[in-house]
Amino acid sequence: MNKRVRVVVFLKPGVLDAQGQAVQTGLRALGLEASEVRVGKAFELTVPEEGWRERVRDLCERFLTNPLIEDYEISEREEVAAR
Amino acid sequence: MSPGASLESDRPRSGLPTPDPRFAVVVFPGSNCDRDCLHVLRDVLGYRAEFVWHEEEDLAGFDAVVLPGGFSYGDYLRPGAVAATSPVVRAVRRFAEAGGLVVGICNGFQVLLEAGLLPGALVRNRGATFRCEWVHLRVERADTPFTALYAPGEVVRMPIAHGDGRYHAPREVLEEVEQRGQVVFRYVDRDGRTTPEANPNGSLHHIAGLVNREGNVLGLMPHPERCSESVLGGQDGRRLFESMDRWLRERARLTAGRTR
Repeated sequence: MNKRVRVVVFLKPGVLDAQGQAVQTGLRALGLEASEVRVGKAFELTVPEEGWRERVRDLCERFLTNPLIEDYEISEREEVAAR
Repeated sequence: MSPGASLESDRPRSGLPTPDPRFAVVVFPGSNCDRDCLHVLRDVLGYRAEFVWHEEEDLAGFDAVVLPGGFSYGDYLRPGAVAATSPVVRAVRRFAEAGGLVVGICNGFQVLLEAGLLPGALVRNRGATFRCEWVHLRVERADTPFTALYAPGEVVRMPIAHGDGRYHAPREVLEEVEQRGQVVFRYVDRDGRTTPEANPNGSLHHIAGLVNREGNVLGLMPHPERCSESVLGGQDGRRLFESMDRWLRERARLTAGRTR
């Protein structure tokens, strides 16, 4: 069986989020008094089920994120059948 | 010879010629300053220089490696992140560990950070704007293989062109980098002062370039290859490559003296 996995990545709280600031400016221009806007990114991937959480975490640390500047969250999506 | 050691030798000169240093300019899909680097090394300075494709796994025979600017692999994921997994960067890691000189310019700097060959990270510029302009830099270290022909504290002019050049590192990493004196270039005004206006991208501590602990790997956001000819408005970048050449020649001389 395979697992469908989602990884959500945001800059760490201490790192200036220039994209978030730009989006916030746009939101305010459209009349929404938004604050603390942060821009992140998400990955979805299908991986073999065995030991999936450890393997995905390892890939997050080594490649999908830069642990110096980014935090991430791993979550499970609906299961898909192995091909 | 360690990179920090003096270039001047008290050993008598042998008088025998040593081979000219050989430079590799790495080409990733999406590199766009590779030709400029090769042009400066080969046509302007008359050095031996060749392109090396990103799938190359062996850098034997080269004395120095240049990782040029551009948008390697489209800069997808994070700038330099995909390039850091390429075969040639594995070879660059071995090359650096063996004491070879490596300089990463702009995207090349991002690659070196992503590969863990230098400490810290480069993130989106303050203000989220792409900055393409001339900046002033203060040379903080003139005792590296890359900067021996500059004066300590000298203010030089180089162009920048990047959207992700804001140097960031966790506090403990930043403190260590400063304590070890790894910062080589800082953004300053024309008088050498680190004013907020002189920092084009919001880099912590105005860091524009730094070396590894051993001193043989340099990364910098400004483009020395774009200011190595007077026709381009400045020549302050030229001495960076000339410093490398001089250091490599001196090392070759010392090695030759030892083996005879």
